[in-house]
Amino acid sequence: MRKLLLTGNEAVAEGALATGCNFYAGYPITPSSEIMHYMARELPKRGGVFIQSEDELAAINMVIGAALAGARAMTATSGPGFSLMQEGIGYAVMVEAPIVVVDVMRAGPATGQATKPAQGDVMQARWGRHGDQYVVVLAPSNPQEAHDLTIKAFAIAEELRVPVVVLTDEFVGHGREVVEVSEVAEASSRRVEVGPQEAPFYSPDPRKAPPLPPLGAGHYLLVTGSTHNEWGYRDVHRFETHFKLVKRLKDKVWLNKDKLFMYEVVGDEEPEVLFITYGSVARSAKTAVRKLREADVRAKLIRLKTLWPIDVPELRKLGGEPRAVVVPELNLGQLVYDIERAYNPFEVPVVHYGKVGGGIPIYPSELVSKALEVLKK
Amino acid sequence: MSKAKHFTREYVREEVLPTAFCPGCYNGVVMNALALAFKELGVRGLRNYVFVSGIGCSSWIPSPYIKADSVHTLHGRAVAVATGIKLVRPDLNVVVIAGDGDLAAIGGNHLIHAARRNMDLIVIMVNNLVYGMTRGQQSPTTPHGKVTLTTPYGNFEMPFDIAGLLTHTNANYVARWCVSNFTQLKESIKEVLTKYSRGFRFIEVWAPCITYVVRYEGKTPGEKLKEMREVCVPVSKYEGLSGEEKVKYVAVGVFKKEDKPGFIELYREYVARAGGAHNE
Ligand SMILES: Cc1ncc(C[n+]2csc(CCOP(=O)(O)OP(=O)(O)O)c2C)c(N)n1
Ligand SMILES: [Mg+2]
Repeated sequence: MRKLLLTGNEAVAEGALATGCNFYAGYPITPSSEIMHYMARELPKRGGVFIQSEDELAAINMVIGAALAGARAMTATSGPGFSLMQEGIGYAVMVEAPIVVVDVMRAGPATGQATKPAQGDVMQARWGRHGDQYVVVLAPSNPQEAHDLTIKAFAIAEELRVPVVVLTDEFVGHGREVVEVSEVAEASSRRVEVGPQEAPFYSPDPRKAPPLPPLGAGHYLLVTGSTHNEWGYRDVHRFETHFKLVKRLKDKVWLNKDKLFMYEVVGDEEPEVLFITYGSVARSAKTAVRKLREADVRAKLIRLKTLWPIDVPELRKLGGEPRAVVVPELNLGQLVYDIERAYNPFEVPVVHYGKVGGGIPIYPSELVSKALEVLKK
Repeated sequence: MSKAKHFTREYVREEVLPTAFCPGCYNGVVMNALALAFKELGVRGLRNYVFVSGIGCSSWIPSPYIKADSVHTLHGRAVAVATGIKLVRPDLNVVVIAGDGDLAAIGGNHLIHAARRNMDLIVIMVNNLVYGMTRGQQSPTTPHGKVTLTTPYGNFEMPFDIAGLLTHTNANYVARWCVSNFTQLKESIKEVLTKYSRGFRFIEVWAPCITYVVRYEGKTPGEKLKEMREVCVPVSKYEGLSGEEKVKYVAVGVFKKEDKPGFIELYREYVARAGGAHNE
C-alpha cells in the first residue's frame, strides 16, 4: 500500500494496473486523457500493451479483441468518444467479452463544453446500445474511490463476462487527493482451464457466466455478435435461440443485483428529507446533510456507487420514510427517473435539482435551501 | 472405389456444410485457395490461427466455415479486433477476411491505419464490387456506370483502387488477384504465410458478386470467369494501356513485397527501451 497524491484519472490508472490490466487502447479526449497518458507511461515498462488508436471505434474493438485473447483490457474516454463506442459495447455484451470502459463525463451533447463537468451520460451508459443488453455501471465520487471501483470493475467484468462502465466526471477526474494505492489487487479470473466439452456460451446457473477459453487455446472457438447458440453457432432465425440468449445475458447481471448494488448511507435513520445522488455531487450532498442536521432537520443521503443495476426495493428500505426526496444531478434529470419509480407508489414527492455547464458545482447551500423549500420550513 | 475427400474439407467445419452462399458464388474459390495453400504448406489443423471477419457474405467464409478460432465482429471492425488479438497473442496467425464494403467503406479508417502501422496481420479483401449481403447496393469499389439498387441510373462515382491505395502506405505486402487467377492467389497466400510472414499483408481478391453483378449482367459464373481471364491483366501490361482502356481492365499482381519489421517487432523494441518485456 502506497499513499500518493493523485487525480481521479491517475487513480483510475493505478487501480487498473493494480488489478493486472495489461492492455489499453484509446483516443485522446478531455477530460479523460490523463488516464491514457498514465497507461502510455506505465504499460510498456510492465510489458503490457499500449496503443493509441485511430478513433474510438478502433479503441473499443481493439480492447474487445485483446480481452478475447486473454488480456485484462481497458479504454477510457468522454462523451463524444463514449457515444462512438456504444456499438462496440453492445458487441462486447453479446460475445461476453470482459472489458472495462471509463467515461469521464463532460458537458454535452455534441462537443458541448469539453473541459466542464457533467453527469449527462447516466442513461447512455445503461441504454446507449440498441437491443436488449445489460451492463454494470459504477460511479466513484472521489479519487480514492475511482481507484477502488476500477479494481472492482475488473473483478465484475471477469466474473460475469460483461462490460463494466466506470462513470466519473471532470470533478472526480481532475480533483487531486491522497489515494491509498494497492500494489496488487485480488481479481477473480475467468481464465480457468476449460475442457473443449464445456459450452462457451451457456451456464446452467443463470447467475453465473460460462468460463471463456481464450483464443488460441485450440478450442476452435466461434465468436459472433449475431445471435448464437451455446456453442457459438449463428442462428439468426429462431425465437428460442435469441430469447434464451438475451435472457441469459440479462439474468447474469440482473439476478446479481444484490451483490452489484453498492452504496453509502449517511445521516438520520428516519429522515425528513432524503438525498439520493452519486459521483462528485454526492460530496455536496453530504455537506448539506450535515448542515441540515446542525439546524435540527433530520436528513439522510444515499450515495449510489452502482448506477446499474439498481435494486429498487433495497433502495426503498435504505431510505426509511422521508417526507421528500431530493435528487441532485449535474444534468437535467436522469437518475431521478429511477427514484420516482421507487417512491411515487408511496406518494413521497421526488424533486430533481439539476444544473449543468460552466464548471459550476451544485453547492451544499443550494441543497440546504432546496430541502427547506420542499419541507416547507 | 474410395471417394477421395476434397482438400478443402480438412479445413472446414463439416457440420455446417453446405454453405449458405449463392450457387456459383466465388467465395468458394477463395475458400479453396486458402485450403490448398494450407495443404501445400503441410498445415495440419489451424490451431494457431485466428480468423477475424466483419459483416457481409464474405465474412462468413471464416465464420462459421473455416475450422479454426474465428471472431465475427461488427460491420467494419474486423481489423481493429484483429489488432487487439494480435497484440496480445503475437504467436498466433491472425487473418482477416471481409468484404469491400466492410474493409474499404465502414472500416476504411482501420484498414489504412493498420497498413500505416505495418500491423502484423494478413487481410484478405473479397471484392465482389457491391454490398452483397444487403442485396447489391453500390460499394466503394463498384465500377463506374454499374447499375445497382442505389445507383439505378448507373454509378456516377469513381471506384476506389484499394490495393493501389495501400501500395502507398507502409504495408509490407500488397497484391490483387482475380478469382480466375486461382494459382497465383493460392501462391500469394502461401507467400504471406511463409517468406513474408510479418507486417501488414493485404490481398485483394476480385470476385464479382454472382447474384448482384454477374447475374444482372446476364452471365453465368463460368462465362464471367472466362471474361476475367481476358480483363484481369498483369500490372506491367495494365500500365501500358490508355486511360480509356484501363477502365475495362483490372490490374493484377503483387504490387509490393517487402519484409520490414512489423508493428510487433517495433513495439518490442519500444518496450525494451522503456525497460519492460512484451509478453514474457
Ligand atoms: C453498422 C452497420 N451498418 C450497416 C449494416 C448492414 N450491412 C450488413 S452487411 C453490409 C454490407 C456488406 O458488404 P461487404 O462488406 O462488401 O460484404 P459482401 O456481403 O459484399 O461480401 C451492410 C451495409 C450493419 N450490419 N452494420
Ligand atoms: Mg462486397
